[in-house]
Amino acid sequence: MRACLFGSLLLLAACQGPLSTLDPGGPQARSVFVFTSAMVLVAGAAFALVIGLFAIALRRGRRVTGGDAGSVRAERRWVVWLGIAFPMSVLTVLLAATLWVGEGQFVRNDRLPTWRATASQGGWQFAPLGSDGVQGATTDRLVIPAGEPVIVEIVSSDVIHSFWVPRLAGKMDAVPGKPNRHLIQADTPGTYLGQCAEYCGVGHDRMRFEVLATAPRGSAAGGQP
Amino acid sequence: MTTHQTSAQPPVTPHDPAALHAELDAVWRGLPGWRGFVCEVNHGAIGLRFMITAIIYFAIGGVLAMLIRVQLASPRAAFVGPDIYNQLFTMHGTIMMFLFAIPMLEGLALYLLPKVMGARDMAYPRLSALGWWCYALGGAILLVAMLAGVAPDGGWFMYTPLSDKVHTPGINADVWLLGITFVEISAICAAVEITVSILKLRAEGMALTRLPLFAWYMLGTAAMMLIGFPPLILGSILLEVQRAFDWAFFDPARGGDPILWQHLFWLFGHPEVYIIFLPAAGALSVMIATFARQPIIGHAIIVAAIWAMVFLSFGLWVHHMFTIGIPHLALAFFSAASMLVAVPTSVQIFAWIGTLWSGRPRWSLPMLHITGFFLTFVLGGLTGVMLAAVPFNWQAHDTAFVTAHLHYVLIGGFVFPMLAAITYWMPHFTGRRAVRGLGSAAFWLIFIGVHGTFLVMHLTGLLGMPRRVSIYPDNPEWELLNLISSVGGFIMTAGFALFAVDMGLQLFMGRRTRRNPWRATSLDWAMRLPPPTYNLASLPRADMETDERTLTPSRLDMLATTLAMGEGMLAGAPRGVRETLIIDAVSGRAEAVAVLPGNTMRPALTALTIGLFFLAMLAGFYWVAAAAVVLVAAICASWIRPVAPIQDTTSAVPETIEGLPASPFCRYGLGWWGSAVLLVANTSLFASLLFAVAFLSVIAPGWEGAVQENPHGVLPMAALLVTAIGGALLLCAGLWSQRAATAGQRALAWAGMLAVAAGALASGAMMTGSPAEHARHAVQAAILAYLVIHALILLTMHLAAARGHRIGVQAVATQGVLAQWHGYTGLVALVGALALAVAKL
Repeated sequence: MRACLFGSLLLLAACQGPLSTLDPGGPQARSVFVFTSAMVLVAGAAFALVIGLFAIALRRGRRVTGGDAGSVRAERRWVVWLGIAFPMSVLTVLLAATLWVGEGQFVRNDRLPTWRATASQGGWQFAPLGSDGVQGATTDRLVIPAGEPVIVEIVSSDVIHSFWVPRLAGKMDAVPGKPNRHLIQADTPGTYLGQCAEYCGVGHDRMRFEVLATAPRGSAAGGQP
Repeated sequence: MTTHQTSAQPPVTPHDPAALHAELDAVWRGLPGWRGFVCEVNHGAIGLRFMITAIIYFAIGGVLAMLIRVQLASPRAAFVGPDIYNQLFTMHGTIMMFLFAIPMLEGLALYLLPKVMGARDMAYPRLSALGWWCYALGGAILLVAMLAGVAPDGGWFMYTPLSDKVHTPGINADVWLLGITFVEISAICAAVEITVSILKLRAEGMALTRLPLFAWYMLGTAAMMLIGFPPLILGSILLEVQRAFDWAFFDPARGGDPILWQHLFWLFGHPEVYIIFLPAAGALSVMIATFARQPIIGHAIIVAAIWAMVFLSFGLWVHHMFTIGIPHLALAFFSAASMLVAVPTSVQIFAWIGTLWSGRPRWSLPMLHITGFFLTFVLGGLTGVMLAAVPFNWQAHDTAFVTAHLHYVLIGGFVFPMLAAITYWMPHFTGRRAVRGLGSAAFWLIFIGVHGTFLVMHLTGLLGMPRRVSIYPDNPEWELLNLISSVGGFIMTAGFALFAVDMGLQLFMGRRTRRNPWRATSLDWAMRLPPPTYNLASLPRADMETDERTLTPSRLDMLATTLAMGEGMLAGAPRGVRETLIIDAVSGRAEAVAVLPGNTMRPALTALTIGLFFLAMLAGFYWVAAAAVVLVAAICASWIRPVAPIQDTTSAVPETIEGLPASPFCRYGLGWWGSAVLLVANTSLFASLLFAVAFLSVIAPGWEGAVQENPHGVLPMAALLVTAIGGALLLCAGLWSQRAATAGQRALAWAGMLAVAAGALASGAMMTGSPAEHARHAVQAAILAYLVIHALILLTMHLAAARGHRIGVQAVATQGVLAQWHGYTGLVALVGALALAVAKL
């Protein structure tokens, strides 16, 4: 029991980190984290099943001669039930869960506060949408209100980059010529680290930014649209 | 062409196996010395050459991987800077995917297929050799570039705009685009040859329902190669033309779209991984049946699963692009499809386990590697299903999690099966038994190394480490994990080195093996080891048992003896030529006798001239490149020549052999089939071009930018009409084809070619803008260029056929091929003209 507790504490500690998807700081990342954990458990069980059957098959066959080799019954059991029916049922459940979790990731309300994020090989420029791009613009730091969903409209001015703040949400690519709208939300005030997640040349290693979530009331400075 | 019920009965004189061997060897053996190396065309030698070259590239790719792991073992290593690091990971991926995996499976297929199907050779020996030379030279271009410090550095999938001229001004990207396209010629050649060989060159009576399982797997693989490689070839051509001549395909500021590259690449990229997996699965099916001592259960369902995977593999490609901003419905569709492909995969996995369960499995070194496959590939498949779920994908995409997943499926699904296959067929290649001991140690080092490197990498990715970074100074939580991965990498390398040593020991010091050491039931073990160049002294008849599912090892031994005694068909080589049987694709009835070419320098010379073209393009000498194209056309035309007997027993190849027509006299012979299969690949290329036009016209942000009034009035439409009429004429010429060209049909063909070329060139001259100004003009020019090139191909084919007839090639053999290309060019001219007219390009 104590070993389990110690093990899970260790596991929890291992999951911490400023860029960790396993340490969610917002609802999008949190629902994906739960979803991921469930998938890992199911995948583990499936793996154990397959390997278990394989191990038994190797052991078993040495003792039995002939068996029901080539029979239709064996074919149906392995190929139809285990090979087709079993994965199809698991995958149907997975697909349903995928669609459900996916719904929470998409932009549904276009009138949320929106910031424009422009990526380039020199770094990230953030500005509230509608501004002339100079007023309220920040470099490598996006300031948003904590506790509220916001939209980031992501575009690139040169090659393809990717906007990723793992503790808040999944990633969305910055493509030249085609802005992508992405939903993020930070539950509590703080700094959330982000990095470019699409290989963009020699500067890719260091292409980081941060999202500063400010306390929701009474904060005039820091750029609200 | 008439078909025959059964082959004619041979004279009932007992053959002396030694005399048969001497007769066959004189006709089938290679030349001595360096001439032999250059002129070799036999499938066994070329197949081994492919595999050995692939293993050398695996070692090079592995060294690159170790350099990557040295850099990543600590957070701010100064081992290499980012510019070199970017070349390292690009070359590692490129070499492993294009210069190791594909050639390795091609080599195994070339070596095994004729043996497994009871034939003497593949359908196009010269094409096999051409494939190897193109692979060797293309790979050499990449290696030389790497040693010169200008290796490609845009990632192995070379996304635009990073890989365009503006953001990669150096020659690096051109090396990738040109070098890899050179190697892809090799893949297309192999795909055509594998398809036709499996369909037409089997033993008499081997109906499609009795096709060996390994051949089914390779047929599916070849189909995927034919349809999957052309999108990448097209994309590479378009990107290279953009880099060289500034045509605007992928530039969003000029009506293009960088996402077009991603679509074209992944339309290839996803089938690519199944192209890599299916042959390995085929080898696994053969080996598991042997070691379980019973046939694979669910044979028919497995065949259905193979074709399900072939079909599905073309509907998944967008799952590599989930984060680029795709409509939600598309996300849902591709997510569901990507999960669905797990079903045919699991059919095979459970069929294999079920076969072992209901059989009498015995242990061996190949079984150890097969266990490695199960433990590794299944895990990789499960993480793949996870990645198919879009919300999870949005977190894990482009992180070390994906690197871990892809290595689990590729090492698990290809490398472990290949290690098993090499161990299994090593007695076949060498005629020697394994030296006990090292094999297991090598396996365990590799196995521990693989899991040591990549298991923790899943966690590293979920903790936020992206792909393709060379330093990570601000993330101490990744340090231990990366160190573990690096140590695992070195253990893996030691394991592979030990495996190579083990194979070397077997090759040089192993004792001679007895025939069929694994007691298998497939035809490849019905011969002497190592096999003679001609495989079998005589070929199986319809009344001989050849089905691997019903044969027993002892009956296989008896069959081997029977064939070696010359009691099958086409015993020996009395006519002094290389012969093998052509059958009906479905029923297996004997149809004709293929007369195959012997040693020749032509494939090597052709590859050299193709290499000249690619090098001239790389250096920017575009006029030299154009001249090289003419040279290539001339050399290819010289391939059309009559097959001459190698031993001068008769002066010419007879019209019938053992009661069957000889292939040089057949209309629907191997040439016709190969041309038809090649046109499948060509159709895929043209379809990709139409896809590019459709995609850009709907999605590209700046597409509407450059619609101007055409100052030439109705003339552009008239030019398109001329092109369309030319297409119709060519279509008629193709349909109206007979055994020999009549004057009327020839006139129709020439008129059609001229009309298509003239119409396309006129249309191009009257474009409202240059291809460098806007993507509309670029795609218009691309379609017109495609038509003009095909008119020129037709012209070359006419000239080559005419010359061939003068030196003894039968008109009936070339007419069918010409008819196909008339028809195809006519169709694409019609469709192309229509597309241009409708899109008002």
